[in-house]
Amino acid sequence: MRDLSSGPGRVLVFVYGVFAVAATGRSLVQLGADADKAPVAYSLSLLAAVIYLVATTCLLLGGRWSWLIAVGACTIELVGVLVVGTLSYVDTALFPDKTVWSHFGQGYGFLPLVLPFVGLAWLRATRPATRPATRSVAQRSV
Amino acid sequence: MGAVLVLSAVALVGIAVLLVKDETAGDPLFALLAVIEVVLLVQLVVGSVQLSGTERDVSGVLFVSYLVGILTALPIGAFWSLAERTRAGTAVLAVAAFTVIALELRLDAIWGGAGA
Repeated sequence: MRDLSSGPGRVLVFVYGVFAVAATGRSLVQLGADADKAPVAYSLSLLAAVIYLVATTCLLLGGRWSWLIAVGACTIELVGVLVVGTLSYVDTALFPDKTVWSHFGQGYGFLPLVLPFVGLAWLRATRPATRPATRSVAQRSV
Repeated sequence: MGAVLVLSAVALVGIAVLLVKDETAGDPLFALLAVIEVVLLVQLVVGSVQLSGTERDVSGVLFVSYLVGILTALPIGAFWSLAERTRAGTAVLAVAAFTVIALELRLDAIWGGAGA
């Protein structure tokens, strides 16, 4: 299995790191300043922040469990950006203020929309090899 | 503000050339990034002074956190890039330079009165 944070993964970790910091900072400022203004939007900002932090950490750590958790994080991220992106167009009353994921991440050059796809593609390329392991077990039993 | 954008754009073009030629970043590029970092430090001082003297409606905490935050992009990017001297490592520098540009534009918007 390839290292999650080398090669293209190195760029991915950095981008995820930037978004982790950006989303965390933004959600803290938003929730700290006036949480009542847009509770749904701000909570989602915080959720996005946590997801980015988890993804960054898992990519940095590497290993089978990190890989699995990273897949989960990227999947939630993908669903999140699609649902929030759609909702922010359909139900504008729910999002009086912007979040990282609203309007499919328009405020961030639509990168939040692209990022989960890239993340999942990278995780697919670095999928832990299960077959060689089972084969060696089978050989041993023979 | 203009200096940061111009220097970062120059760095970005330089990194793009390196990426195309599949070369790793050398001393000239890191020197340029260091110059940008110094300009950003000056910006922190000048920005803070201007903030204390302005009567405009600028969100102080947000503005200062951006002034400080923008300082971290290049050192972390350089460190992370130097750990792997490959095309991917060079691409990290491109992302870092791009981050500086994005943050600088946000900084300008916040100075103009934008919120979080």
